[in-house]
Amino acid sequence: MKRLSLALAVAAFGFASAPAFAQGFSGHVKARQGQFRVLAINLGILGSIAKGETPYDAATAQAAADTIVAVSMINQPPLWPAGSDNMAIEGTRALPVIWENMADVGAKWGALGEAAKGLQAAAGTDAAAIGAALGPVGGACKACHDTYRAPQG
Amino acid sequence: MPLKLLKSLTATALAVGALGWVVTRPMPLPASSFDVLAGDAAKGEAVFWAAGCASCHTAPGVEETEEPVLQGGQAFASPFGTFHAPNISADPVFGIGNWSVADLGNALLRGVSPEGHHYYPAFPYTAYTHMQPADVADLHAFLLTLPASATPSQPHDMPFPFNIRRSNGAWKWLYLRGDWVLKTADTPEVERGRYVVEGLAHCAECHTPRTPLGGLDVKNWMKGAPNPSGPGRIPAIHPDDLKWTEAEIAYYLETGFTPDFDSAGGHMARVVSNFARLPKSDREAVAAYLKALP
Repeated sequence: MKRLSLALAVAAFGFASAPAFAQGFSGHVKARQGQFRVLAINLGILGSIAKGETPYDAATAQAAADTIVAVSMINQPPLWPAGSDNMAIEGTRALPVIWENMADVGAKWGALGEAAKGLQAAAGTDAAAIGAALGPVGGACKACHDTYRAPQG
Repeated sequence: MPLKLLKSLTATALAVGALGWVVTRPMPLPASSFDVLAGDAAKGEAVFWAAGCASCHTAPGVEETEEPVLQGGQAFASPFGTFHAPNISADPVFGIGNWSVADLGNALLRGVSPEGHHYYPAFPYTAYTHMQPADVADLHAFLLTLPASATPSQPHDMPFPFNIRRSNGAWKWLYLRGDWVLKTADTPEVERGRYVVEGLAHCAECHTPRTPLGGLDVKNWMKGAPNPSGPGRIPAIHPDDLKWTEAEIAYYLETGFTPDFDSAGGHMARVVSNFARLPKSDREAVAAYLKALP
Protein backbone atom coordinates (compact mmCIF):
# COMPACT_ATOMS: atom_id res chain seq x y z
CA MET A 1 0.00 0.00 0.00
CA LYS A 2 2.80 2.29 0.96
CA ARG A 3 4.56 1.34 -2.23
CA LEU A 4 1.45 2.01 -4.30
CA SER A 5 0.97 5.47 -2.87
CA LEU A 6 4.63 6.21 -3.45
CA ALA A 7 4.24 5.09 -7.05
CA LEU A 8 1.16 7.26 -7.40
CA ALA A 9 2.97 10.20 -5.90
CA VAL A 10 5.89 9.74 -8.31
CA ALA A 11 3.49 9.39 -11.22
CA ALA A 12 1.55 12.46 -10.13
CA PHE A 13 4.77 14.44 -9.80
CA GLY A 14 5.87 13.36 -13.26
CA PHE A 15 2.48 14.27 -14.65
CA ALA A 16 2.42 17.65 -12.98
CA SER A 17 6.03 18.55 -13.62
CA ALA A 18 6.08 18.01 -17.39
CA PRO A 19 3.66 20.86 -18.19
CA ALA A 20 5.35 22.99 -15.54
CA PHE A 21 8.63 22.67 -17.45
CA ALA A 22 6.93 23.47 -20.73
CA GLN A 23 5.45 26.59 -19.12
CA GLY A 24 8.86 27.60 -17.86
CA PHE A 25 10.21 27.41 -21.40
CA SER A 26 7.32 29.38 -22.77
CA GLY A 27 8.44 32.27 -20.55
CA HIS A 28 11.97 31.97 -21.91
CA VAL A 29 10.69 31.89 -25.47
CA LYS A 30 8.52 34.96 -24.86
CA ALA A 31 11.49 36.82 -23.43
CA ARG A 32 13.71 35.87 -26.37
CA GLN A 33 11.14 36.83 -28.95
CA GLY A 34 10.18 39.97 -27.04
CA GLN A 35 13.71 41.33 -27.10
CA PHE A 36 13.89 40.64 -30.86
CA ARG A 37 10.55 42.47 -31.27
CA VAL A 38 11.97 45.48 -29.44
CA LEU A 39 14.94 45.39 -31.81
CA ALA A 40 12.65 45.11 -34.84
CA ILE A 41 10.41 48.02 -33.78
CA ASN A 42 13.37 50.33 -33.22
CA LEU A 43 15.10 49.19 -36.41
CA GLY A 44 11.82 49.98 -38.13
CA ILE A 45 11.95 53.56 -36.83
CA LEU A 46 15.50 53.98 -38.10
CA GLY A 47 14.86 52.11 -41.36
CA SER A 48 11.91 54.35 -42.13
CA ILE A 49 14.15 57.40 -41.62
CA ALA A 50 16.92 55.86 -43.73
CA LYS A 51 14.52 55.16 -46.59
CA GLY A 52 13.14 58.69 -46.43
CA GLU A 53 9.62 57.59 -45.46
CA THR A 54 9.84 59.49 -42.17
CA PRO A 55 11.64 62.84 -41.80
CA TYR A 56 14.91 62.71 -39.87
CA ASP A 57 14.60 63.71 -36.23
CA ALA A 58 17.74 63.48 -34.12
CA ALA A 59 16.02 62.78 -30.79
CA THR A 60 13.78 60.03 -32.22
CA ALA A 61 16.70 58.40 -34.02
CA GLN A 62 18.97 58.56 -30.99
CA ALA A 63 16.35 57.05 -28.69
CA ALA A 64 15.78 54.19 -31.11
CA ALA A 65 19.50 53.50 -31.52
CA ASP A 66 20.10 53.72 -27.77
CA THR A 67 17.32 51.19 -27.22
CA ILE A 68 18.92 48.80 -29.70
CA VAL A 69 22.22 49.08 -27.84
CA ALA A 70 20.39 48.47 -24.55
CA VAL A 71 18.80 45.27 -25.91
CA SER A 72 22.18 44.11 -27.19
CA MET A 73 23.44 44.26 -23.60
CA ILE A 74 20.86 41.80 -22.27
CA ASN A 75 22.70 38.73 -20.98
CA GLN A 76 21.56 35.89 -23.23
CA PRO A 77 22.45 32.51 -21.67
CA PRO A 78 19.60 32.53 -19.10
CA LEU A 79 17.10 32.96 -21.94
CA TRP A 80 18.32 29.84 -23.78
CA PRO A 81 17.96 26.83 -21.46
CA ALA A 82 18.81 23.43 -22.96
CA GLY A 83 15.73 21.74 -24.38
CA SER A 84 14.07 24.96 -25.60
CA ASP A 85 14.83 24.34 -29.28
CA ASN A 86 12.34 23.90 -32.10
CA MET A 87 12.65 20.10 -32.07
CA ALA A 88 11.73 19.92 -28.38
CA ILE A 89 9.00 22.57 -28.03
CA GLU A 90 6.42 24.43 -30.08
CA GLY A 91 6.47 28.11 -30.83
CA THR A 92 10.17 28.66 -31.52
CA ARG A 93 12.39 28.64 -34.59
CA ALA A 94 15.57 28.21 -32.52
CA LEU A 95 17.52 25.31 -34.04
CA PRO A 96 19.13 22.67 -31.78
CA VAL A 97 22.54 23.53 -33.28
CA ILE A 98 22.51 26.68 -31.09
CA TRP A 99 23.25 24.51 -28.05
CA GLU A 100 26.16 22.82 -29.80
CA ASN A 101 27.82 26.16 -30.59
CA MET A 102 27.02 28.41 -27.66
CA ALA A 103 30.38 30.18 -27.87
CA ASP A 104 29.78 31.07 -31.52
CA VAL A 105 26.24 32.21 -30.76
CA GLY A 106 27.65 34.42 -28.01
CA ALA A 107 30.23 35.87 -30.38
CA LYS A 108 27.52 36.65 -32.93
CA TRP A 109 25.41 38.36 -30.25
CA GLY A 110 28.52 40.37 -29.41
CA ALA A 111 28.84 41.34 -33.09
CA LEU A 112 25.29 42.66 -32.97
CA GLY A 113 26.34 44.80 -30.02
CA GLU A 114 29.25 46.24 -32.00
CA ALA A 115 27.03 47.00 -34.98
CA ALA A 116 24.47 48.59 -32.63
CA LYS A 117 27.15 50.92 -31.28
CA GLY A 118 27.86 52.00 -34.84
CA LEU A 119 24.20 52.82 -35.24
CA GLN A 120 24.22 54.72 -31.94
CA ALA A 121 27.14 56.82 -33.17
CA ALA A 122 25.47 57.53 -36.52
CA ALA A 123 22.00 58.36 -35.19
CA GLY A 124 22.85 61.99 -34.43
CA THR A 125 24.19 62.70 -37.93
CA ASP A 126 21.55 62.24 -40.63
CA ALA A 127 19.39 59.76 -42.53
CA ALA A 128 22.22 58.70 -44.86
CA ALA A 129 24.54 57.89 -41.96
CA ILE A 130 21.78 55.84 -40.34
CA GLY A 131 21.21 53.94 -43.58
CA ALA A 132 24.89 53.09 -43.82
CA ALA A 133 25.05 51.98 -40.19
CA LEU A 134 21.97 49.77 -40.62
CA GLY A 135 23.92 47.58 -43.05
CA PRO A 136 26.19 45.99 -40.43
CA VAL A 137 23.23 45.52 -38.08
CA GLY A 138 21.36 43.63 -40.78
CA GLY A 139 24.55 41.67 -41.41
CA ALA A 140 24.75 40.71 -37.73
CA CYS A 141 21.12 39.52 -37.77
CA LYS A 142 21.70 37.44 -40.89
CA ALA A 143 25.00 35.98 -39.71
CA CYS A 144 23.19 34.37 -36.79
CA HIS A 145 19.92 33.52 -38.53
CA ASP A 146 21.77 31.84 -41.37
CA THR A 147 22.86 29.00 -39.10
CA TYR A 148 20.65 29.11 -36.04
CA ARG A 149 17.11 30.01 -37.06
CA ALA A 150 14.67 27.76 -38.94
CA PRO A 151 12.55 29.15 -41.79
CA GLN A 152 9.03 30.30 -40.99
CA GLY A 153 6.76 27.40 -39.94
CA MET B 1 1.49 -16.30 -84.97
CA PRO B 2 3.12 -16.48 -81.54
CA LEU B 3 6.48 -16.12 -83.29
CA LYS B 4 5.22 -13.07 -85.13
CA LEU B 5 3.98 -11.62 -81.85
CA LEU B 6 7.31 -12.34 -80.20
CA LYS B 7 9.11 -10.67 -83.08
CA SER B 8 6.99 -7.56 -82.88
CA LEU B 9 7.36 -7.46 -79.10
CA THR B 10 11.11 -7.79 -79.45
CA ALA B 11 11.14 -5.06 -82.05
CA THR B 12 9.07 -2.82 -79.80
CA ALA B 13 11.32 -3.51 -76.83
CA LEU B 14 14.38 -2.73 -78.91
CA ALA B 15 12.80 0.46 -80.19
CA VAL B 16 11.84 1.54 -76.67
CA GLY B 17 15.30 0.63 -75.43
CA ALA B 18 16.95 2.53 -78.26
CA LEU B 19 14.67 5.51 -77.65
CA GLY B 20 15.52 5.31 -73.96
CA TRP B 21 19.22 5.20 -74.77
CA VAL B 22 18.84 8.21 -77.01
CA VAL B 23 16.66 10.08 -74.54
CA THR B 24 18.97 9.48 -71.60
CA ARG B 25 22.28 10.30 -73.31
CA PRO B 26 24.17 13.38 -72.14
CA MET B 27 23.74 16.21 -74.63
CA PRO B 28 26.56 18.74 -74.52
CA LEU B 29 26.43 21.99 -76.45
CA PRO B 30 28.11 22.33 -79.83
CA ALA B 31 31.84 22.86 -79.26
CA SER B 32 31.71 26.23 -80.99
CA SER B 33 29.16 27.76 -78.58
CA PHE B 34 31.77 29.56 -76.49
CA ASP B 35 34.56 30.00 -79.05
CA VAL B 36 34.55 33.73 -79.51
CA LEU B 37 34.30 34.73 -75.88
CA ALA B 38 37.08 36.09 -73.71
CA GLY B 39 35.81 36.17 -70.15
CA ASP B 40 35.93 39.34 -68.03
CA ALA B 41 36.55 38.42 -64.38
CA ALA B 42 35.25 41.75 -63.07
CA LYS B 43 31.89 41.21 -64.78
CA GLY B 44 31.97 37.58 -63.74
CA GLU B 45 31.97 38.54 -60.09
CA ALA B 46 28.42 39.91 -60.40
CA VAL B 47 27.36 36.72 -62.20
CA PHE B 48 28.95 34.68 -59.42
CA TRP B 49 27.01 36.41 -56.64
CA ALA B 50 23.77 36.42 -58.61
CA ALA B 51 24.12 32.69 -59.27
CA GLY B 52 24.74 32.00 -55.57
CA CYS B 53 27.61 29.54 -56.19
CA ALA B 54 29.25 30.20 -52.82
CA SER B 55 26.10 29.48 -50.82
CA CYS B 56 26.37 25.76 -51.61
CA HIS B 57 29.99 25.20 -52.65
CA THR B 58 31.81 26.55 -49.58
CA ALA B 59 32.62 24.13 -46.75
CA PRO B 60 29.88 23.63 -44.15
CA GLY B 61 29.63 26.39 -41.56
CA VAL B 62 32.27 28.79 -42.90
CA GLU B 63 31.73 32.54 -42.66
CA GLU B 64 30.92 34.50 -45.79
CA THR B 65 33.88 36.24 -47.43
CA GLU B 66 34.66 38.25 -50.54
CA GLU B 67 36.86 35.43 -51.84
CA PRO B 68 35.18 32.18 -50.84
CA VAL B 69 37.04 28.88 -50.94
CA LEU B 70 34.75 26.71 -53.07
CA GLN B 71 36.01 23.40 -51.73
CA GLY B 72 32.55 21.79 -51.43
CA GLY B 73 31.40 19.44 -48.72
CA GLN B 74 27.94 20.73 -47.80
CA ALA B 75 25.39 17.90 -47.74
CA PHE B 76 21.90 18.21 -49.23
CA ALA B 77 19.38 15.57 -48.22
CA SER B 78 16.58 14.74 -50.67
CA PRO B 79 13.97 12.00 -51.08
CA PHE B 80 16.35 10.39 -53.60
CA GLY B 81 19.51 10.39 -51.51
CA THR B 82 22.06 12.82 -50.09
CA PHE B 83 24.08 15.04 -52.42
CA HIS B 84 27.47 16.49 -51.52
CA ALA B 85 28.42 19.73 -53.22
CA PRO B 86 31.73 19.15 -55.04
CA ASN B 87 34.94 21.17 -55.07
CA ILE B 88 34.62 23.88 -57.74
CA SER B 89 37.66 25.86 -56.59
CA ALA B 90 40.42 26.87 -59.00
CA ASP B 91 42.49 23.77 -58.14
CA PRO B 92 43.40 22.04 -61.43
CA VAL B 93 43.12 18.53 -59.96
CA PHE B 94 40.42 18.66 -57.30
CA GLY B 95 38.49 21.65 -58.61
CA ILE B 96 37.73 23.17 -62.00
CA GLY B 97 41.05 24.91 -62.63
CA ASN B 98 41.54 22.94 -65.84
CA TRP B 99 38.08 23.50 -67.22
CA SER B 100 37.54 25.42 -70.45
CA VAL B 101 34.69 27.90 -70.81
CA ALA B 102 32.88 25.22 -72.83
CA ASP B 103 33.29 22.73 -69.97
CA LEU B 104 31.70 25.20 -67.57
CA GLY B 105 28.99 26.00 -70.11
CA ASN B 106 28.08 22.33 -70.54
CA ALA B 107 27.94 21.89 -66.78
CA LEU B 108 25.74 24.96 -66.24
CA LEU B 109 23.49 24.83 -69.30
CA ARG B 110 23.26 21.09 -69.94
CA GLY B 111 24.18 19.44 -66.64
CA VAL B 112 26.98 17.50 -68.38
CA SER B 113 30.48 17.02 -66.95
CA PRO B 114 33.69 17.41 -69.01
CA GLU B 115 33.85 13.60 -69.07
CA GLY B 116 30.37 13.53 -70.64
CA HIS B 117 28.43 12.32 -67.60
CA HIS B 118 25.16 13.68 -66.25
CA TYR B 119 25.15 15.78 -63.12
CA TYR B 120 22.33 15.33 -60.63
CA PRO B 121 19.82 18.18 -60.64
CA ALA B 122 20.66 19.20 -57.06
CA PHE B 123 22.99 21.33 -59.18
CA PRO B 124 20.33 23.73 -60.53
CA TYR B 125 21.15 23.52 -64.24
CA THR B 126 17.43 23.67 -65.06
CA ALA B 127 17.76 27.33 -64.02
CA TYR B 128 21.32 27.95 -65.27
CA THR B 129 20.26 26.65 -68.68
CA HIS B 130 18.97 30.21 -69.27
CA MET B 131 22.48 31.68 -68.88
CA GLN B 132 23.90 33.83 -71.64
CA PRO B 133 27.21 32.48 -73.06
CA ALA B 134 28.93 35.78 -72.23
CA ASP B 135 27.94 35.40 -68.57
CA VAL B 136 29.36 31.86 -68.56
CA ALA B 137 32.67 33.13 -69.96
CA ASP B 138 32.80 35.96 -67.40
CA LEU B 139 31.94 33.60 -64.56
CA HIS B 140 34.66 31.21 -65.72
CA ALA B 141 37.22 34.01 -65.62
CA PHE B 142 36.13 35.04 -62.12
CA LEU B 143 36.09 31.49 -60.70
CA LEU B 144 39.74 31.11 -61.68
CA THR B 145 40.62 34.15 -59.54
CA LEU B 146 39.27 32.48 -56.37
CA PRO B 147 41.50 30.41 -54.05
CA ALA B 148 42.35 26.83 -55.01
CA SER B 149 41.69 24.02 -52.54
CA ALA B 150 43.07 20.49 -52.78
CA THR B 151 40.09 18.98 -50.97
CA PRO B 152 38.68 15.93 -52.77
CA SER B 153 34.98 16.05 -53.62
CA GLN B 154 32.89 13.57 -51.68
CA PRO B 155 30.74 11.06 -53.59
CA HIS B 156 26.97 11.43 -53.42
CA ASP B 157 25.12 9.00 -51.22
CA MET B 158 22.46 7.66 -53.57
CA PRO B 159 20.58 4.36 -53.26
CA PHE B 160 19.63 2.28 -56.32
CA PRO B 161 18.23 3.19 -58.85
CA PHE B 162 19.18 6.83 -58.38
CA ASN B 163 22.87 5.96 -58.31
CA ILE B 164 22.63 5.27 -62.07
CA ARG B 165 23.66 8.60 -63.53
CA ARG B 166 22.12 7.74 -66.86
CA SER B 167 18.68 7.97 -65.22
CA ASN B 168 19.25 11.72 -65.05
CA GLY B 169 18.87 11.73 -68.82
CA ALA B 170 15.22 10.73 -68.55
CA TRP B 171 14.74 13.31 -65.80
CA LYS B 172 16.30 16.00 -67.97
CA TRP B 173 14.07 14.99 -70.86
CA LEU B 174 11.12 15.80 -68.59
CA TYR B 175 12.40 18.87 -66.77
CA LEU B 176 15.38 20.51 -68.50
CA ARG B 177 13.58 23.05 -70.63
CA GLY B 178 14.85 26.23 -72.14
CA ASP B 179 11.53 28.10 -72.02
CA TRP B 180 10.60 30.77 -69.51
CA VAL B 181 7.83 30.35 -66.97
CA LEU B 182 6.87 34.00 -67.35
CA LYS B 183 6.24 33.83 -71.10
CA THR B 184 6.30 37.54 -71.89
CA ALA B 185 8.38 40.18 -70.15
CA ASP B 186 6.74 43.51 -70.87
CA THR B 187 9.60 45.80 -69.85
CA PRO B 188 13.41 45.51 -69.93
CA GLU B 189 13.32 45.57 -66.11
CA VAL B 190 10.97 42.57 -65.91
CA GLU B 191 13.08 40.81 -68.54
CA ARG B 192 16.22 41.35 -66.45
CA GLY B 193 14.31 40.20 -63.34
CA ARG B 194 13.22 37.07 -65.17
CA TYR B 195 16.81 36.30 -66.11
CA VAL B 196 17.94 36.77 -62.50
CA VAL B 197 15.03 34.92 -60.83
CA GLU B 198 14.39 32.06 -63.27
CA GLY B 199 18.03 31.77 -64.34
CA LEU B 200 20.99 32.87 -62.24
CA ALA B 201 19.51 33.06 -58.74
CA HIS B 202 17.42 29.87 -59.23
CA CYS B 203 14.81 31.13 -56.71
CA ALA B 204 12.26 28.49 -57.76
CA GLU B 205 14.50 25.66 -56.50
CA CYS B 206 13.24 26.40 -52.98
CA HIS B 207 10.17 28.62 -53.51
CA THR B 208 8.32 26.28 -55.91
CA PRO B 209 6.96 22.85 -54.93
CA ARG B 210 8.17 19.72 -56.69
CA THR B 211 6.49 16.84 -58.48
CA PRO B 212 6.91 13.29 -57.11
CA LEU B 213 9.83 12.90 -59.54
CA GLY B 214 11.56 15.93 -58.07
CA GLY B 215 10.98 18.33 -60.96
CA LEU B 216 9.61 21.81 -60.39
CA ASP B 217 5.81 22.03 -60.45
CA VAL B 218 5.65 25.11 -62.68
CA LYS B 219 1.85 25.33 -62.32
CA ASN B 220 2.53 26.37 -58.71
CA TRP B 221 5.41 28.68 -59.58
CA MET B 222 6.73 30.53 -56.48
CA LYS B 223 3.80 29.30 -54.37
CA GLY B 224 6.03 28.08 -51.54
CA ALA B 225 7.24 24.57 -50.68
CA PRO B 226 8.44 22.41 -47.80
CA ASN B 227 11.89 23.39 -46.55
CA PRO B 228 14.29 20.97 -48.31
CA SER B 229 16.79 21.08 -45.46
CA GLY B 230 14.74 20.82 -42.26
CA PRO B 231 11.41 21.64 -40.66
CA GLY B 232 9.19 24.50 -41.75
CA ARG B 233 8.23 25.86 -45.14
CA ILE B 234 9.88 28.11 -47.69
CA PRO B 235 7.36 30.94 -48.09
CA ALA B 236 5.34 31.69 -51.20
CA ILE B 237 6.61 34.79 -53.03
CA HIS B 238 3.90 34.84 -55.70
CA PRO B 239 2.01 38.18 -55.71
CA ASP B 240 -1.15 36.38 -54.52
CA ASP B 241 0.70 35.57 -51.31
CA LEU B 242 3.44 38.15 -50.83
CA LYS B 243 1.87 41.59 -50.43
CA TRP B 244 5.08 43.58 -49.99
CA THR B 245 5.65 46.55 -52.31
CA GLU B 246 8.42 46.41 -54.90
CA ALA B 247 10.49 48.80 -52.77
CA GLU B 248 10.04 46.53 -49.74
CA ILE B 249 11.15 43.45 -51.70
CA ALA B 250 14.22 45.28 -53.02
CA TYR B 251 15.12 46.53 -49.52
CA TYR B 252 14.71 43.01 -48.11
CA LEU B 253 17.12 41.64 -50.73
CA GLU B 254 19.62 44.37 -49.82
CA THR B 255 19.46 44.23 -46.02
CA GLY B 256 17.54 41.10 -45.00
CA PHE B 257 14.97 43.25 -43.23
CA THR B 258 11.29 42.47 -43.85
CA PRO B 259 8.84 45.40 -43.89
CA ASP B 260 8.29 44.95 -40.14
CA PHE B 261 12.05 44.65 -39.57
CA ASP B 262 12.18 40.99 -38.82
CA SER B 263 15.22 39.57 -40.57
CA ALA B 264 15.95 36.76 -43.02
CA GLY B 265 16.69 33.31 -41.64
CA GLY B 266 18.15 30.01 -42.80
CA HIS B 267 19.49 29.68 -46.31
CA MET B 268 17.74 32.93 -47.30
CA ALA B 269 20.19 34.87 -45.13
CA ARG B 270 22.92 33.72 -47.53
CA VAL B 271 20.81 34.57 -50.55
CA VAL B 272 20.36 38.10 -49.18
CA SER B 273 24.13 38.43 -48.67
CA ASN B 274 24.55 37.53 -52.34
CA PHE B 275 21.88 39.97 -53.52
CA ALA B 276 23.39 42.73 -51.38
CA ARG B 277 26.48 42.54 -53.62
CA LEU B 278 24.47 43.10 -56.82
CA PRO B 279 23.53 46.45 -58.35
CA LYS B 280 20.38 48.02 -56.90
CA SER B 281 18.82 47.76 -60.36
CA ASP B 282 19.00 43.94 -60.15
CA ARG B 283 17.18 43.87 -56.80
CA GLU B 284 14.52 46.17 -58.26
CA ALA B 285 14.29 43.96 -61.33
CA VAL B 286 13.63 40.91 -59.15
CA ALA B 287 10.84 42.80 -57.40
CA ALA B 288 9.35 43.90 -60.74
CA TYR B 289 9.47 40.32 -62.01
CA LEU B 290 7.73 38.92 -58.94
CA LYS B 291 4.96 41.50 -59.25
CA ALA B 292 4.58 40.63 -62.96
CA LEU B 293 3.81 36.94 -62.27
CA PRO B 294 0.28 36.06 -63.40
